[in-house]
Amino acid sequence: MADIVEQEALDMVEDTQKGKFLTFCMGNEYYGIEIKYVTEIIGLQPITEIPEMPEYIKGIINLRGKIIPVMDVRLRFKKPYRAYNDRTCIVVIEIRAVSIGLIVDSVSEVIAISDEEIVTPPNVAREGNRYIKGIGKVGSDVKLLLDSDRLLNETELETVNDL
Amino acid sequence: MSDQYVNEPMLDLFIFESTQLIEQMELVIISNEKSSSYSSEAINEIFRIMHTIKGSSAMMLYNNISMLAHSMEDLFFVLREDKPQNVNYSELSDLVLEGIDFIKLEIAKIRNGDEADGDPSELIESLKVFYSTIKGQHTNISHGADSQENRPIENPQYYISKVKTNTPTSQNIFEATLFFEPDCGMENLRAFGVVNDLQELVEELCHIPEDLDREDSASVICEQGFTLFLKTQHSFDEIHKALVQTFSLKNLQLTQVDNSDLFENLQNESHLMGESSLKVPTVLGKNTFPTDPGENENLLAATQQSIISVSVAKLDQLMDLVGEMVIAEAMVTQNPDLKGLELNNFEKAARQLRKITSELQDIVMSVRMVPLAGTFQKMNRTVRDMCKKLDKEVRLQLIGQETEVDKNIIEHISDPLMHLIRNSIDHGIEMPSEREAKGKTRSGTIILEAKNAGGDVLIIIRDDGEGFNKDRILAKALEKGLIQESDDQIPDKEIYNLVFLPGFSTNETVTEFSGRGVGMDVVVKNIEAVGGAITADSVPGEGTTIILKIPLTLAIIDGMNIKVGDSCYTIPTTAIKESFRPKLTDVIVDPDNNEMMMVRGQCFPIVRLHQIYHVQTEVTQFTEGIIIMVEQDNKTLCIFADGLVGQQQVVVKALPEYIHNRKKVKGLAGCTLLGDGSISLILDVGGLMN
Repeated sequence: MADIVEQEALDMVEDTQKGKFLTFCMGNEYYGIEIKYVTEIIGLQPITEIPEMPEYIKGIINLRGKIIPVMDVRLRFKKPYRAYNDRTCIVVIEIRAVSIGLIVDSVSEVIAISDEEIVTPPNVAREGNRYIKGIGKVGSDVKLLLDSDRLLNETELETVNDL
Repeated sequence: MSDQYVNEPMLDLFIFESTQLIEQMELVIISNEKSSSYSSEAINEIFRIMHTIKGSSAMMLYNNISMLAHSMEDLFFVLREDKPQNVNYSELSDLVLEGIDFIKLEIAKIRNGDEADGDPSELIESLKVFYSTIKGQHTNISHGADSQENRPIENPQYYISKVKTNTPTSQNIFEATLFFEPDCGMENLRAFGVVNDLQELVEELCHIPEDLDREDSASVICEQGFTLFLKTQHSFDEIHKALVQTFSLKNLQLTQVDNSDLFENLQNESHLMGESSLKVPTVLGKNTFPTDPGENENLLAATQQSIISVSVAKLDQLMDLVGEMVIAEAMVTQNPDLKGLELNNFEKAARQLRKITSELQDIVMSVRMVPLAGTFQKMNRTVRDMCKKLDKEVRLQLIGQETEVDKNIIEHISDPLMHLIRNSIDHGIEMPSEREAKGKTRSGTIILEAKNAGGDVLIIIRDDGEGFNKDRILAKALEKGLIQESDDQIPDKEIYNLVFLPGFSTNETVTEFSGRGVGMDVVVKNIEAVGGAITADSVPGEGTTIILKIPLTLAIIDGMNIKVGDSCYTIPTTAIKESFRPKLTDVIVDPDNNEMMMVRGQCFPIVRLHQIYHVQTEVTQFTEGIIIMVEQDNKTLCIFADGLVGQQQVVVKALPEYIHNRKKVKGLAGCTLLGDGSISLILDVGGLMN
């Protein structure tokens, strides 16, 4: 019985989260990430470097006793490094029980983008596109919707290159 | 917090309890087997355990376990009651151990969520054969046992009173009235539990209300209590003791009755106990969720009065929380906002808090510590089985079983120990005749010893067998290309430790127990997984000693924090030999630019942390920083860092999975949180050396 109630509650949460994206800004582009992956947004924290990691893994932070890695999304997308300022944020996301912090220039807002407004990205055979699973149209702006799963897990290739 | 624990507490309890009982029974059997006859206490104990398992497995509807337990119970019933002579105890032990293995297997299946589908009929058959051989010697008194065997299957009208004809001793008759705690629920099931428990103690028994199966019997028991009339050889005290253990018992009235007529009358009117015991399946069938807290908790209360079992996951969580609290405490008491303020009362309160948190930490640590006894005892079985199969005679001597080790570590060392013991028996200990020819005692001895040594526990496995064959190891190592050429330069100890390399096995034939060359490899892997080390030594002809060095705990270590640039690292204090500010004259640089340090005539390599981990720091001159000399596995290394920060107990945390999955960073064992909330990386001294 309790399970059913719980399941319903869960469904409801999923329903309210569906189609909503947290958008953040990096350089001139706006990116969106599905809200259901986002745990929280925190300010920049002291980061402990881990040796022998690819450049975009900045290190680990202490999130209330839980130690999570942080990734600089700028460097991940091969954009030039920009010094962190007071607008720099860490977006903590959790995918399949793996938590990770994403360092972004600044977060902007949560917006709803309906499925009809999302188009598949043009098939350009360039590397950067691998992490974009759709392009959302909001008014006259476009938001690049991130494939969080790939962002975290598609790493083997690059790790080899980094060595 | 897996669902398993939430949804099926009964099943959990059953698995836990049965496993414990089975292990206990295994111990009893093995310790008795050595004296080649079973003491009456042992027989009683085994009988009791089998009875319990029979009951609880039937209750959980695991009929195969229950049936097997039942036939074993029968066997021990005969042994207990008839005390037959000329029993082949070795055969008996084999049978019973086989039965134990079967039950173990089934329980493992249940634990994994599989169907307990093993078929015990073959085992039961051999038990029956054995049973009838004993019985054959005692046809005159096997009557009672015979009916006992048939009781649940063919002889529903069984009367326990039959036994009486064989045992014409004085009888006590008691009348007992039990009142349960109000609101305890399921009074009829509880009462049934009482009846079941008494079954062993009494000759005859009848009760009011008669039919515990009926729904309304619960309310009758509630109002008028549960009245029992029993005829027994046991004294008033014994019966009282048995009844008082009943769970949720509120009130017990026990009186001795002289009038045996009363009993006879009642007996005629009411159903007999034998019949009601037949109702077990019916009662269970009605309850789709097989709960019988009466019986189950009763047993639990009797076997482990003040011990509860807690899942390790919860303990880990508690451990994490306490670790965080220690950090939070430091964050409060050493808050930068407090700097320069004179706060007497705050200081006092903070001291108190610090005391309590450190005590709490100690307690949580001690909760996780488990004595090695359980793991050691299991080896008895291994030794026994091996000896039987290989026709060797080996005595296992256990020393220091009470040594405590972290629960997580225990899990990792059980398999390696088994491997090592098997190896000792298979390769080390010679055949009895061979031993006698060498002037040794006929039976070999394996000593399994545990002792504390600083922050480590040493587990020593010593046998008095033939020892390692140096030449064969060398030849084998050469053949496998593990060493370059067999010269005399390699010290004996190093030769012996070659056996721990993967793929090394000198036993020419692969036996059931060893010779695949994977054994030692697995041992080393398991031991290294918990941060331990293994060494071997041997004296040809006299025996082998294998020493496992394992850390006491993985969760909290004493660490020295050091600084390199902005980063902080922690070195386990146990690894540190000394730290000093170096003199430039002691530093030697070889042509390959490898730096070395001369200390008291010995030369050690230097590792610059800032260099290997690419940390920005201004301290690059040896005279400005500090050298920390660390030692592990008899190897020494000098670590160069900017400076020491201080020593403290740190809670070891694993690196995040994401990092861990990407790459195993050389020389990092994990990380920890410091008092100010920042993260320090724990160095793995062994890893740095390679």
